[in-house]
Amino acid sequence: MIPGAFEYVRPGTVEEAVAALVEHGDDAKLIAGGHSLLPLMKLRLAMPAVLVDISRIPDLSYVRVEGDEVAIGAGTRHFELEKDDVARAEVPILPYAASQVGDPQVRHRGTLGGTVAHSDPASDLPTALLALGGSVVVQGPGGRRSIPMTEFWLGFYETALAEDEVVVEVRVPRTGSAGWAYEKFTRRANDWPIVAVAAVEGRVALANMAGAVVRATATEEALARGASIAEAAGLADEGTSPSSDMHADPEYRRHLARLLTRRALEKASGAGAAAA
Amino acid sequence: MSILGTRVVRTEDPLFLTRGATYTDDLVDDRLTGALHVTFVRSQVAHGRLLSVDTSAAREAPGVVAVYTAEDCADLAPIPAGLPMVPPAMQRPWLAQGKVRFVGDIVAVVLTEERYQGEDAAELVSVDIDPLPAVVTTADAAAGEVLLFEDAGTNVMATFGEPAPADFFSGCEVVVEQRMVNQRVAPVPLETRAAAAAWGDDGRVTIWCTNQGAQQAKGEIAGWLGMDPARVHLITPDVGGGFGAKIGADPEYAFTAWLAQRAGRPVRWTENRSENLVGMLHGRGQDQTVRIGGRRDGTIEAYSIAVDQDGGAYPRVGIILPTLTMLMAAATYAFPKVHAHGRALATNTTSIGAYRGAGRPEATAAVERAIDLFAAEIGMDPAEVRRKNLVPSFSEPHTTPSGATYDSGEYTAALEKALEAAGYDELRAEQARRRERGEARQLGIGLSTYVEITGADTGLGSAESAELEVHADGTATVLTGTSPHGQGHATAWAMLASDQTGIPVEKITVLHGDTDRIPRGGGTMGSRSLQQGGAAVHQAAVELVALAKQRAAERLEVDAADLELDLAGAGLAVRGTPGAGVTLAELAADEPLLVQTRFEAAAPTFPFGAHVAVVEVDVESGKAELQRLVAVDDAGTIVNPLLAEGQRHGGYAQGVAQALLEEVLYDADGNPQTSTLADYPFVSATELPSFELVDMATPTPINPLGAKGIGEAGTIGSTPAVHNAVIDAVAHLGVRHIDMPTTPMKVWRAIQQAQQGGSNA
Amino acid sequence: MKVSMTVNGQQHTDDVEPRLLLAHYLRDVLGLKATNIGCDTTSCGACTVIVDGLSVKSCTVLAAQADGSQVTTLEGLAGPDGELHPMQKAFREEHGLQCGFCTPGMVMAAIGVLADNPDPSDREVREGLEGNLCRCTGYHNIVRAVRSAAQAGPAAGQVPQDQEVAR
Repeated sequence: MIPGAFEYVRPGTVEEAVAALVEHGDDAKLIAGGHSLLPLMKLRLAMPAVLVDISRIPDLSYVRVEGDEVAIGAGTRHFELEKDDVARAEVPILPYAASQVGDPQVRHRGTLGGTVAHSDPASDLPTALLALGGSVVVQGPGGRRSIPMTEFWLGFYETALAEDEVVVEVRVPRTGSAGWAYEKFTRRANDWPIVAVAAVEGRVALANMAGAVVRATATEEALARGASIAEAAGLADEGTSPSSDMHADPEYRRHLARLLTRRALEKASGAGAAAA
Repeated sequence: MSILGTRVVRTEDPLFLTRGATYTDDLVDDRLTGALHVTFVRSQVAHGRLLSVDTSAAREAPGVVAVYTAEDCADLAPIPAGLPMVPPAMQRPWLAQGKVRFVGDIVAVVLTEERYQGEDAAELVSVDIDPLPAVVTTADAAAGEVLLFEDAGTNVMATFGEPAPADFFSGCEVVVEQRMVNQRVAPVPLETRAAAAAWGDDGRVTIWCTNQGAQQAKGEIAGWLGMDPARVHLITPDVGGGFGAKIGADPEYAFTAWLAQRAGRPVRWTENRSENLVGMLHGRGQDQTVRIGGRRDGTIEAYSIAVDQDGGAYPRVGIILPTLTMLMAAATYAFPKVHAHGRALATNTTSIGAYRGAGRPEATAAVERAIDLFAAEIGMDPAEVRRKNLVPSFSEPHTTPSGATYDSGEYTAALEKALEAAGYDELRAEQARRRERGEARQLGIGLSTYVEITGADTGLGSAESAELEVHADGTATVLTGTSPHGQGHATAWAMLASDQTGIPVEKITVLHGDTDRIPRGGGTMGSRSLQQGGAAVHQAAVELVALAKQRAAERLEVDAADLELDLAGAGLAVRGTPGAGVTLAELAADEPLLVQTRFEAAAPTFPFGAHVAVVEVDVESGKAELQRLVAVDDAGTIVNPLLAEGQRHGGYAQGVAQALLEEVLYDADGNPQTSTLADYPFVSATELPSFELVDMATPTPINPLGAKGIGEAGTIGSTPAVHNAVIDAVAHLGVRHIDMPTTPMKVWRAIQQAQQGGSNA
Repeated sequence: MKVSMTVNGQQHTDDVEPRLLLAHYLRDVLGLKATNIGCDTTSCGACTVIVDGLSVKSCTVLAAQADGSQVTTLEGLAGPDGELHPMQKAFREEHGLQCGFCTPGMVMAAIGVLADNPDPSDREVREGLEGNLCRCTGYHNIVRAVRSAAQAGPAAGQVPQDQEVAR
């Protein structure tokens, strides 16, 4: 299968990219690695008239410590994040979650900004990011603004990003040696998660339990008031709205959310919290 | 020492690994210069009245040369149901007419100058369908409230036998009954379907297509198009896997010939995977009811199976699968009484065809589950129940109550070898420990024994042709009617010829799949190739040496009886006279040195074996993971262990995939849910262990090579072993049966239901 | 639009539609037919090639996105004298291919696996090839081939262009 026809532009700066988005409105789509968008275009579920390729914009790929935060460029590819020493030391859940995305070829192409902006409820990195907290930095015609992670993903393929904005950076708190875990449940290793759970420092996020990635707030509150892991994990599916597909119906997804949350919390609280 | 039985690396590989094989879509051929691209427009509705097909917008799209609908091919007679037992009204129009009967039914066809223009134009064809209720399951079909073919008056495509008499199990102390699903799966050869066609000035058409048997496909295409077969030249280039789904012609292949004629230009077609997953034949698709009865000491006295075969929308070879399932119902067991019957039913789904094993895996899956159910019911170890009921070792033909005559078998020995290699007793001890501790990851141990039929005559005969010619430069050419698509015939057939002639393997070229050069052939299917095609090559080599002896005797003016084969020199030497002799190449320089022969197999053969699977099941999530697969597969004498092992590995993977993962799913309206490889859970490397192979070779007397088929055995044995293992892992929790594929949700739910009281089944 | 790239050491410049997939550029424009297309959804890996030292699925990369890149396909692996790349050699010796359709992508992905991890375990090979589907081999001999190639040294994880750069 092949995409429908489109016009292709390749801006050299974020400003030029924003200008292209302003010019073409909702006819335009950004492409970086293209591993979320091109499959949809091949199935003709997406047919943008203009493709704005931001992959050549310099200086969008980096991981660096800035104060209490780690700043990661939106153009950072999954394999780069997976292997980054700074990320491994400062926010180890992120490189691990990056290693769980798709397969090596996908990780060679896919970018952090791309998966953040795509807002698939079953994505690995947004789930880990939501558990970390922090913010998404976006740039539009009026300059840059920062959107809290908890306010960024609104629904299936829906974010707080305006039509003429570009994700340029993700900022997350440094967690260092704090315990963490990312529990992903799949039938095959390279599948999208049926359910996944990210846990770090008492915060818990869930993949594929609603239209977007969500926090398990009832679990977090229970932990905050000193409940046991078993008790807190038992609340993980509260307030979620899991869908039904051939892999799982809502009842089974709820069970998995509770089970994986328990396992994630146990791992995160374990000594040293070694890789999941 | 003979080259046979040694691990010769493939002669095919240097090209495959450096330039790539040449599949149909890769063809660069003068005859295809300027070819138009074919794009089929397919129904997105499973069942409905086809009200209109508006092609006006598509006709105006860039690069569009023509758009055809049913009205345009009135000259084509519908494709007949093909089998005598099927109601004639169940015929397939080339393009849907009046009704659509599955998602994937062809409603229009677009010809464009460029590949990319086809998809653009196809999007513009507007199809108006008034949906009808869809017949999705065999139960829907049997109810007969909605008919696919009103003129047939029934959804029953074929009926085989009668139900068992009411008293069939009378006298049995224990009778267990289970309904089970042998689910529909997609064969998914990595190469999708593809074809090309070009007409010559001589009024003949050349068709290239990816297929498992050029000669059979040619005959079908000529028949469907109402053409003299002599006017059809069919070529199968390199073929990227088949697994049964590329047996016989598909309508699309024949269509390319019609389209090329109509357009006056060559055409080519390559489907994409989304089209393949609805358009290519599926496999399996049986709903079975098994009953097994016997004594509490483990002796089984009677076994019955009833098969409802899903035929899909139009009858293809799948509708005869119940006959193979019924033939092999008795399996490896000495059951005194066996009863089997079945039928095939039409549903609004993709047609069912052959898939690796085709009817035999379904028989084995049923009986091996039945044995485990019986063992669980009487509280006996499933290995012990098998030991008590296996047919004892035999070397003279053994005829079963279901009507098969097995050539030779050592079933108990195979089982014992597998149990020993797996360390069965230690595995049971480890299982007991984990159960005792109530661990989340429980161990399951699953067994299967199997016997299958290879080289069966399914209507095309049980003979194969071969031609061997030695050339003056010392090379040789083998022409075979088999049709390799990964099996390595170019290497194995060269080994067989080399073994008799002494010509080195690398100097022997094996050709196949061109109906002008090789008019007769049975193709590669049903694990027949070595035992018939290989035997034919062997026979050709023997005959060629005999011919060469006569010629050499004349040339050297000696008695033929004084000549002996000089394998090292690829020639004939005069016994007792060093240096006197002549090479085959020298003889070929005088006059063509060539034989054509045909090997007629006296009977099919019956490979057998036993598998042990070890799985871990996370009883909290329901996820099952295969840890080990230990396999004894006895296919008689092995010509090339490297190739035979490769066949076994691939077979295991597909068998494991059916037990754990793969299933084609439809929703209640007949919409396919698994029409991309993102949705269809094709088994990948991460779900499989490396396999543990145990060798066993009991030669068959049926052919001079002593060889039985090995292509499908791995699939047949592994599916029930893995399936049984998953259920075994959770049996202590009260679970009695889980249908395949044993997905995490199904396993979890079965545990929940069992824990909430009573059996899940 | 105009795209330029170096494919198997040869420079190519062509005028293409922006939507042209790299896989089709290689196959239909350059005539390099080894790279196969087995699915529509970035699932099967049959189209895997090496772009700028990284394995990628060429059915999910636009030719436009590869503009200016170094691309290596199966055809670019063997030496000019026909000497097989260590990965090709290992696939042959271990019988790591049957029908051959997944093979070009599998070989390129396997080189990528060794580029990332020069001496992987069975498990690591399986995980490294999780994006490449094979229907014939059950992966058994592919895993053996990759592990055997690893023993041949670093060249097994490199494509010829890398080796030139390294020199």
